[in-house]
Amino acid sequence: MSTHDPGPAEGAVELRGIVKRFPGIVANDNVDFSVARGEVHALLGENGAGKTTLMSILSGAYRPDAGTVSVGGRTMSFRSPKQAIEAGIGMVHQHFRLVQPLSVAENVLLGAPSTFRLAGNATEDRVAELAEAYGIRVNPSAKIWQLSVGEQQRVEILKALFREASVLILDEPTAVLTPQEATHLFSIMRRIASEDRAVIFISHKLDEVMAVADRVTVLRAGRGVATLTIGESDKANLARLMVGREVMFRVARSDHDAGAPRLTVKGLIATGDLGLPALRDVTLEVRAGEILGVAGVAGNGQRELTEVIAGLRPAISGTVAIGGRDLSASTPAERISAGLGYVPEDRLGTGLIPSLGCIDNVMLKRTDEFARGFFINKQAAEAATSELVDRFDVKTSSLHSPVSLMSGGNIQKLLLARELSAGPGALVVAQPTAGLDVGATEAIRRLLLEQRDAGVAVLLVSEDLDELLSLCDRIAVMYEGKVMGVVGAAGADREQIGLMMAGTASDPA
Amino acid sequence: MSATTAALRPRLVKRLLPSRATRLAVRIGAVAAAFVAAALFLLLAGNPIGPVFSALWSGSFGSAYGQAQTILAAIPLVFTSLAVAIAFRMLLWNIGAEGQFYFGAFGAAAVAYAWPEWPGPLLLTAMVLGGMLGGALWALVPGALRAYLGVNEIVPTLLLNYVAILWVDYLVNTAWRDPESLGFPLGVPFSAQATLPQLGDTAVHAGAIIAVIAALVIAVILRKTIWGYKIKVIGENRRAARYAGFSITRNIVGVMLLSGALAGVGGMVEVSGTVHRIQADISPGFGYTGIIVATLARFSPLLILPVALLFGALITGGVELQTIGLPSDIVLMLQGTILFFALAGELLVHYRIEWRRQAQTGSEGEPGAAGRAHPGAMPSGT
Ligand SMILES: Nc1ncnc2c1ncn2[C@@H]1O[C@H](COP(=O)(O)OP(=O)(O)O)[C@@H](O)[C@H]1O
Ligand SMILES: [Mg+2]
Repeated sequence: MSTHDPGPAEGAVELRGIVKRFPGIVANDNVDFSVARGEVHALLGENGAGKTTLMSILSGAYRPDAGTVSVGGRTMSFRSPKQAIEAGIGMVHQHFRLVQPLSVAENVLLGAPSTFRLAGNATEDRVAELAEAYGIRVNPSAKIWQLSVGEQQRVEILKALFREASVLILDEPTAVLTPQEATHLFSIMRRIASEDRAVIFISHKLDEVMAVADRVTVLRAGRGVATLTIGESDKANLARLMVGREVMFRVARSDHDAGAPRLTVKGLIATGDLGLPALRDVTLEVRAGEILGVAGVAGNGQRELTEVIAGLRPAISGTVAIGGRDLSASTPAERISAGLGYVPEDRLGTGLIPSLGCIDNVMLKRTDEFARGFFINKQAAEAATSELVDRFDVKTSSLHSPVSLMSGGNIQKLLLARELSAGPGALVVAQPTAGLDVGATEAIRRLLLEQRDAGVAVLLVSEDLDELLSLCDRIAVMYEGKVMGVVGAAGADREQIGLMMAGTASDPA
Repeated sequence: MSATTAALRPRLVKRLLPSRATRLAVRIGAVAAAFVAAALFLLLAGNPIGPVFSALWSGSFGSAYGQAQTILAAIPLVFTSLAVAIAFRMLLWNIGAEGQFYFGAFGAAAVAYAWPEWPGPLLLTAMVLGGMLGGALWALVPGALRAYLGVNEIVPTLLLNYVAILWVDYLVNTAWRDPESLGFPLGVPFSAQATLPQLGDTAVHAGAIIAVIAALVIAVILRKTIWGYKIKVIGENRRAARYAGFSITRNIVGVMLLSGALAGVGGMVEVSGTVHRIQADISPGFGYTGIIVATLARFSPLLILPVALLFGALITGGVELQTIGLPSDIVLMLQGTILFFALAGELLVHYRIEWRRQAQTGSEGEPGAAGRAHPGAMPSGT
């Protein structure tokens, strides 16, 4: 922390020697972290590095097992989030805490330390003023349930500003945003910092950190490994600090021509869990040997699309076919035997059963294969499982212990290993690398490309546009249950895709 | 800062799944604690506890006669408990083992009355099948309602109990009535071939062997077969089961049929082995006690055997209580207390009590919402 040392400026945050243990794990191991007024300070680290935990300590939700927290030069010992808020610490969590039926203005005022209640319009005026001041685009009289996720996030930010937060913590805020919304958020963050406040930006995305932060602190496995100014860092060295080794950013992708259409859906119409329209006439075609990406902000019908293809959600109309065979009326089992592999977004709970071990989970899709009459052929199941675990490099202490004890990356590898071991002709994969560390992400992506090269038709649903751009041959963009267009991934225009994700433009290509 | 001002408050904290030995110890401790609590209660109510417990003991395990009676009472309990347990493996509550027991008895009796002169082994086999069929039929209706229409099985299984009991009541008062019964609701006595043989010169009949075999078969089905695996998966996680292409509806119906068939064999064994005819009141609530037994045995078919024996002892001990002029309802209280303590023990197995400062409660665990999946209180393995 030699460069750009702000000194004990008033309002700055200083965490010293923070230790926080959870059963079986040290989430924060003697971490130092300091933030000055007027800066956007990124907190970078892989999933599970301890970022949320550290910031939960600063925002009063957890108490540290050791170490000190000081705000504005005064040592604090927060015993509740309320005390932290009073000291000017505001945190926007990954999961929002807004009251759906109330308006934006009402939510902003809720719990604010005002001694008097303002009447209707006056409230909205004050909130509008505040939003204006920071260039935050949101309608104060709209009800929360009418807002997009991005807009809800802005309400959370307004809430913190309204309570006069001098330090604003944003926990992985871009995960739920379109590229345009993210850009807007970055400008809000800069604006807040320029008001002599501090913004702490939690992220594991290097591009974003490079784009918006002044300084960055890297956490790895609970330890603070470095604090750097953006000027003295680049993506490669940040990645190395974050992961602890060299990282390849692009997985090598061979050029080859895709074959005939393998997985086709036509005119799919289906409803979501709440009975509202989720798919409105979706038509897509995935060819053998290609990866077709599905881009879109979460909740625009992607999950429903994969479920309809797998037969887990009924379609109101439309067809699903694999290799020319119409499976629209088939059961999930029939689709599996027709060669459909499916890696659902909900890995632990749909794709795998958390309380069961690897063997039982591998058997899930290969029950018939491991049958000897009525009985389970335990040896065969065990042998096949240990072969898969070896081949796909799944790290587990025992084939019998619950898979919920494994790390996210290994869980996903096991799931993918099982789906691939059935030799699928078509593979539907949803959010395959969400929440995984860089190493596991690389491994999963490589496996998907191998499948493509082996002639499998892969439908890849992801919220990570960079992932889609680096893996896919073509990308379909979904918005409100419709396909806004399909673009070739080579030379695709991020801006263009972003606009399509927001529902504005449709592409002719 | 000023931690001294905050009061200590207890709260439940989830713990990792403890070892098998701990869990067993907690359960045995719960039974012991239940007896102590029941004794205290009896004292408060002004009852002499010495005579109560000595009567319970001598009526159940303390004498050769008592031991035989205990086993005889445990036999039907094993079947009803197995019925409850197998259904619960798929998270179905079969409250209808009582009715399926009666309908199994009805099926077995129908066979016994139709072909009374058949040779023993053939007739008894046919009666077992009749019992299975009767019980399965009685479970089919709630099973199909649940599988195809999503109607919760608890109320239909419960209500059908009354129908089955009244049906048997009707038969023994009309078509099957024993002309020599002096107006009691008794059926005609079974032929000798329709009666299960005694084991050696004990009062225990061959139903004991059938019960043990049934428990072993269910254990093997659950542990070693593909069907057992599917039951486990569906019980653990229905979404994953659907994802894997297992038919939930077919398995619900299948498990309910098996469940009913087990209770039905219980009815057959009871009328053929103990009562030797069909009559009203063949069950003092075996179907309901089976729910308690299955719960205490954590829905494990093999653990059901000893737990059923314990509850058989309580039932026969209760009869002994009446002979010394005390209400046999004391036994019902004991059963309830045991269940209560076992459930409390279950809680302590999965959670521990932690004392913390009040000001902190509620804030911990908020951020991140790192929902950790726990195997919970569900059966596994055994
Ligand atoms: N409430 C909790 N109980 C137990 N372990 C936790 C809890 N919160 C976080 N952890 C563990 O602490 C580590 C750090 O988690 P977290 O701070 O959420 O990481 P990050 O935000 O960097 O992804 C992880 O291994 C996580 O599993
Ligand atoms: Mg986090």
